[in-house]
Amino acid sequence: MKTIATYLGRTARKNVEQAIEAARANESYHALLHLTAERAYERAELVDNGKVTGRLAGVPFIVKDNYLAFDGPTTAASHILENFVAPLQATVVERLEAEGAICIGKANLDSFAHGSSTENSAFGPTKNAVDPTKVAGGSSGGSAVAVALDIVPFALGSDTGGSIRQPASFNGVYGVKPTYGMTSRYGVVAMASSTDVMGCFANTAEDAALVTEIMAGQDTKDPTTLPDFFEPVTSLSSLKIGVITDFMTEDTDAGVRSRVNEYIERLKANGHTVENVELPLAKYTLAMYYIIVPAEVASNLARYDGVRYGSRSKDAASIEELYGLSRDKGFVAETKRRIMIGNYVLSSGYFDAYYLKAQQARQKLIEQFDDLFSRFDVLISPVTPTTAFGFGENTDDPMKMYLSDAMTVGVSLAGIPALSVPAGMSDGLPVGVQLIGQRRSDATLLALARSMEAVS
Amino acid sequence: MNDWVMTIGIECHVQLATKSKLFSPADNDARDKEPNSVVHPIDYGLPGMLPLLNREAVNLAVKAAKALQAEVAKVSRFDRKHYFYPDLPMGYQITQMYHPTIGAGLVDAPMPDGSSVKVRIHHAHIESDAGKQTHYADHTLVDLNRAGTPLIEIVSEPDMHSPVEARAYCTELYRLMTYAGVTHGDLYHGNMRFDVNISVAKAGNDTLGKRAEVKNLNSFRSVEKAAEYEFRRQVELLERGEAVVQETRGWDDAKQKTTSQRSKEDAQDYRYMPDADIPPVILSDEEIESIQADVGMLPGDFRAAFSGLSLDSSVITTLLADKHHAELVYGVLQKAPEHAERVAHWFASVFKVADSDEGMVDLEANDGPTVDDLLTLARMTADAKLSSTSAKEVFLALVAGETDPETIAAERNLLQESDEGAIAAVVEEILADDASKKSIADIKAGNEKAIGYLVGQVMKRSSGKANPSLAQKLIREKLKTL
Repeated sequence: MKTIATYLGRTARKNVEQAIEAARANESYHALLHLTAERAYERAELVDNGKVTGRLAGVPFIVKDNYLAFDGPTTAASHILENFVAPLQATVVERLEAEGAICIGKANLDSFAHGSSTENSAFGPTKNAVDPTKVAGGSSGGSAVAVALDIVPFALGSDTGGSIRQPASFNGVYGVKPTYGMTSRYGVVAMASSTDVMGCFANTAEDAALVTEIMAGQDTKDPTTLPDFFEPVTSLSSLKIGVITDFMTEDTDAGVRSRVNEYIERLKANGHTVENVELPLAKYTLAMYYIIVPAEVASNLARYDGVRYGSRSKDAASIEELYGLSRDKGFVAETKRRIMIGNYVLSSGYFDAYYLKAQQARQKLIEQFDDLFSRFDVLISPVTPTTAFGFGENTDDPMKMYLSDAMTVGVSLAGIPALSVPAGMSDGLPVGVQLIGQRRSDATLLALARSMEAVS
Repeated sequence: MNDWVMTIGIECHVQLATKSKLFSPADNDARDKEPNSVVHPIDYGLPGMLPLLNREAVNLAVKAAKALQAEVAKVSRFDRKHYFYPDLPMGYQITQMYHPTIGAGLVDAPMPDGSSVKVRIHHAHIESDAGKQTHYADHTLVDLNRAGTPLIEIVSEPDMHSPVEARAYCTELYRLMTYAGVTHGDLYHGNMRFDVNISVAKAGNDTLGKRAEVKNLNSFRSVEKAAEYEFRRQVELLERGEAVVQETRGWDDAKQKTTSQRSKEDAQDYRYMPDADIPPVILSDEEIESIQADVGMLPGDFRAAFSGLSLDSSVITTLLADKHHAELVYGVLQKAPEHAERVAHWFASVFKVADSDEGMVDLEANDGPTVDDLLTLARMTADAKLSSTSAKEVFLALVAGETDPETIAAERNLLQESDEGAIAAVVEEILADDASKKSIADIKAGNEKAIGYLVGQVMKRSSGKANPSLAQKLIREKLKTL
């Protein structure tokens, strides 16, 4: 297992070479859509010449291909952006580069981050790092697999409803879903403006904490970012931890429950107190999510019309056809499904019944979390009800696929932070536990995960 | 036609006079710029871009609220209005559907007959403008220079009932927005655009008729003309037993008529939703007060100040057509009230164009007279150093940018003779002239008007420099002795 420390103190060029070599050796997993080798070597030279220094000097990383980054296209794994070359870079990419980190490639994802398996990529799915016959999870599947395969020690993903946590869980790596507004969304292809957060994958909690610290902070280019608050936590006292029992029912695989329960026992052994709690609105979170998020998706994807950039249909005879054909060819089926659901819930006569009602329910959900956090420091649950599933297993039934997000979407709607922490295996596949905290408690969650790492 | 009453409500788009666009740092002045040269990635709708609200635009909206006598919302929000159009880069317009910054208000617009029409404002919201399309035979070009320009849309209640009232409202709105510094008010470049909703109903009928909306009018005259045309069109339809269709219509200025653009059946579903990318605008009472403290005198303040003067309402209208004129007259009023009427009339006679849209002139373009210049000129006139005709000539020279009334008058040889002895000598010469005999006889016979000829002769002999009233007085005195 490679960590950031593995790469520090070596030449950046050597690190980049190794990472690119590892990426090529693992091409069969289809974790990456393309390499950014040319720029990576340029950056390596800057680091090796001492022109760029920092806490991640010469450390290679990979970004999900919905981050605008230099060298090659930013596709969001879609045909409509297949040849879109970004004229600028996402704020968090800039921050990592400023610390000497070197991006070596762009990771595969479900097209426009719509999905839970990376099967919705317009360029083919990514295979699970532990069992290539299983899905990588999604939507940040490529990033999770790249870290799990030790191509790079960390990678960036985006999490709108579980898109970092779920693939982290499926591949046995750490995944960080920050507090909404802690990391800048500037320069990342938007999915849902009110829940999108930028986070990372890493092999250790320590690495995840360092990368998160560098990514975090207010950004003048993203007016929804919060004033800086991330301060690494070094000493942790005994915490009050609540187990969300709604997510520990028979609907969750026994193997997953066992690993989570073992983790809970270790928490207790480590001096923390653990109690069962209820989140009564848990069962409605998927319904809320699949109203609010498609509405925002439909809106945020309206700009992809083939007029100014992106692929444009050559067969169009009118402007309406130009829109219709460009979007029909440019978007995958799941994207179209979400656009249709979103426009439906926003349409005149349905807005109040669906969108507004869902927003009201979301407010209640936030209140329930606030209430729990008035009594508990951390909540714990599985990340997903199952381990990684097989290719095609859920593709015919979108509802089944959406169930994979049941334990993660509520956290996204509430804008609170959560981690996916590796918690062992079930039938040869990784299981992740979800550590959930109150807004701005990101550093505490990372410190807890790190303290548990030490005793495992 | 007399049996019918028309009802008019107006939506007015006002382009805000900000330096940069509503959500990006791009230059907000798109006039005469190369197409697509003032477009920031945010306005272009590039993936990953987030709108950055320009607080200057919010401040101007807060100022507009003062001019509209409207409440400012303590918390206002932005929403997305979705439709596909090549000049709309994000596929939605950012507007304020649910929580606008400006609440209900009132505009009290003076009418040409001296009365006024009170028009309630429903609300006004901040929104971004779209770009521009130019259509050619086989292609269309898009220019996004104007995309993202900040606007406020002022929505009136249907409180107007004649084309003249509609025009009066629009004109007053123009004055309010320019006086408050909300907009540059360049009508030619579409800084204010009016959508006029018109319906007719039988007199005494409480229910409004079906309305037509005439969109995108950019002059006060076209607002009035379009309303007149629509009134005739709709009444004719109804009198023929046909129905008015609820639709959007355009104004053809060349043909002076409205034409159908699209009916309600084609109306879009805009799928409004809150814009999660833009945090709410929160304004405290203190902030609102401090922003509005910068708003100077508004048209109503000037009208109140001038109400004590003996000025015709048309004179006041002319003065108010340019805030700078009103300010100058107000300045004179503050320093020497006895001269204010005279100065007001100079402006009214020179800028007698208030009835046309072109009357909206911008004196700030050149230096023009100062209050002190005007006072000096007024005193020279009161002291009979200048005839009223000469005073106007000096005034015009000041307006044209020349400085110092005394120098102007001297250089043009306009200074008036008020030395009794000198004028008396001229009077004697004229009365002694044979040509004056008939007039002298007429006056003695009781025809007072005949004195005009003699005064005229004195003026002529003195090259126009004699003080005419002094000349008249001396002629009378002299005649008594003859």
